[in-house]
Amino acid sequence: MSERKRPRLAVWKFASCDGCQLSLLDCEDELLALAGAVQIANFPEASSAIEDGPYDLSLVEGSITTAHDKERILKVRRQSKHLVTIGACATAGGIQALRNFADVNDFIAAVYASPQFIKTLATSTPISAHVPVDFELHGCPINKAQLIEVISAFLAGRKPAIAAHSVCIECKRNGTVCVMVQGIPCLGPVTHAGCGAICPSFRRGCYGCYGPMDTPNTAALAREWRALGATPRDLRRVFRSFNAAAEPFAAASEAHGD
Amino acid sequence: MATKTIRVDYLTRIEGEGGLDLRISDGRVTSAQLSIFEPPRFFEAFLRGRGYVETPDLVARICGICPIAYQMSAVHAIEHAFGVTVDGQLRALRRLIYCGEWIESHALHVVMLHAPDFLGFPDAIQMAREHGDMVRSGLALKKAGNELMRVLGGREIHPVNVKAGGFYRVPSRAELAPVAESLTRAHELAVSLVRWVAAFPFPHFERDYEFVALRHPDEYPFNEGRLVSNRDIDIDIADYETQFEERHVAHSTALHSLLKRRGAYLVGPLARYALNFDRLPPSVQALARESGLGPSCRNPFQSIVVRALEIVYACEEALKLIAAYQPPALAALPVRPRAATGFGCTEAPRGMCWHRYEFDAEGTIHAARIVPPTSQNQPSIEADLAAVATSALDQPDEFIRDRCEQTIRNHDPCISCSAHFLKLSLHRT
Repeated sequence: MSERKRPRLAVWKFASCDGCQLSLLDCEDELLALAGAVQIANFPEASSAIEDGPYDLSLVEGSITTAHDKERILKVRRQSKHLVTIGACATAGGIQALRNFADVNDFIAAVYASPQFIKTLATSTPISAHVPVDFELHGCPINKAQLIEVISAFLAGRKPAIAAHSVCIECKRNGTVCVMVQGIPCLGPVTHAGCGAICPSFRRGCYGCYGPMDTPNTAALAREWRALGATPRDLRRVFRSFNAAAEPFAAASEAHGD
Repeated sequence: MATKTIRVDYLTRIEGEGGLDLRISDGRVTSAQLSIFEPPRFFEAFLRGRGYVETPDLVARICGICPIAYQMSAVHAIEHAFGVTVDGQLRALRRLIYCGEWIESHALHVVMLHAPDFLGFPDAIQMAREHGDMVRSGLALKKAGNELMRVLGGREIHPVNVKAGGFYRVPSRAELAPVAESLTRAHELAVSLVRWVAAFPFPHFERDYEFVALRHPDEYPFNEGRLVSNRDIDIDIADYETQFEERHVAHSTALHSLLKRRGAYLVGPLARYALNFDRLPPSVQALARESGLGPSCRNPFQSIVVRALEIVYACEEALKLIAAYQPPALAALPVRPRAATGFGCTEAPRGMCWHRYEFDAEGTIHAARIVPPTSQNQPSIEADLAAVATSALDQPDEFIRDRCEQTIRNHDPCISCSAHFLKLSLHRT
């Protein structure tokens, strides 16, 4: 296939830890084949060869936390035929969205001696709050097999085969004994599948890093947690983490006091 | 007086983004600033009010490339505060998962990000067309490190198994057996990698760094030791703040760490190696000598060789730990919170990563302070840049730009731990 005809891939970073774009480099067995199937036209973390747009597929990591990034994401969207968000920051605002529940000026003063040097927005928002998004891949971090599926689907012009059910289904499929019945509080019943139900296989409860599933019943799960001895503060903390600003989790955390 | 500006919009092949501003006046470099604009994420602020149980999962998210470093410094600080000592096989498992992180992180930097500089390629994928075997063996090494992270931690990025007191679940010997097979092969690949990178063309360049790293009585350091330097630092990690300070400068959202009495210092592979050469096994020492290195290396361009040597060390150490492994009876020691302050300091792939937490009686954080390796190295990177640019003043701007980018990559900065958006402006007057 000639250089011109290969689809052009771009990877962009906003406020994030780099882990989701690292997932692409962690595809050790697929990376060279992928680089043959697509033209990696913009991936600054991996390559100094940066080419101008337009791009067929843009993968966007990170959330919007600065005025500069608010403008930058508009430019990314204009240059991209398809735009896919990768990970909890880009999809839900990430752990840095904890500022949304506090006064950001208190946060700045807690970390920096000279607050006047710091330019930041009062909120951390997902990419979809700023531009249309063609697909959102959940996870903190994303699952690299799902990433390959999403890239393949967009290249083939089909819908990605990514299930939106809860982590519970993954435990059943793995044959992992439910940790809730062993007395360990778990967010699996309300959390979006995709990780492969790792935490229960390590004898701990899911902590919700893939964010809310479709139509989660957080109130019913909270009652189960209370029955297992969890305090309102425990509930507030667990819903207020990497997907704190995702609406069902934000509402569930507001429902429980410190 | 002529003014000249060269601009690069992104520094590439580093983790995160930042900028570089060089000013040259009357044939002299007057200022070299590494600008870090990474949007702040305020970890130290939102950690206040959070519990010790969730702390390892929260701080992992500072960095997707070295989450174990943040988890380990945090659990050591928690255990220090609550009076718990993790030893025996649980301690060995912590060293083992840290080996995995060093292998995957160093392999990524050596082969995918740094090697292309020496061979004149924009990236490892282009490099693979002429050096396919080495790129493939770099990927295989990275995969072996990630396999160790996955078996012990559940996944490569933001592992889920580390907790205060130990782990949620410990592996069986049978689970570790296939990892040992991968590591045996990885060890061979790592030795070849050392020989490959040792033959790269290195600029003649040395700096008189003050190296700072952990030093342990018997081991090459991962989790424990005293903080020492090649000058006069030899302190308990709890005394870090008596000797070091952070300054907030306008051109960076990463705080600059400095020695109060002397200023810039260097952490990372060059520092660990120089301060702990005698703790490396004879096999690794011999390989270092064969590669043309003495017991200390002051040429930052040769850090790629030291990183490759540390991959060899991490493979050997991991194999030794797996061979001696017996599953402990308890996956974690009991941890009971109390009102106290705890300190943790461990050796991230990029250098020591220091944490302090103040807890109340229930184990809720009242104050947190986290000092990542890259903010410690920022002043030394700027001093390197000034020295490298000075030695290249008679060269074309393009050459200076490339050499400066390489100078930054020498230290494998993890700007996501601290930085965003690198652009190079070169002002000549």
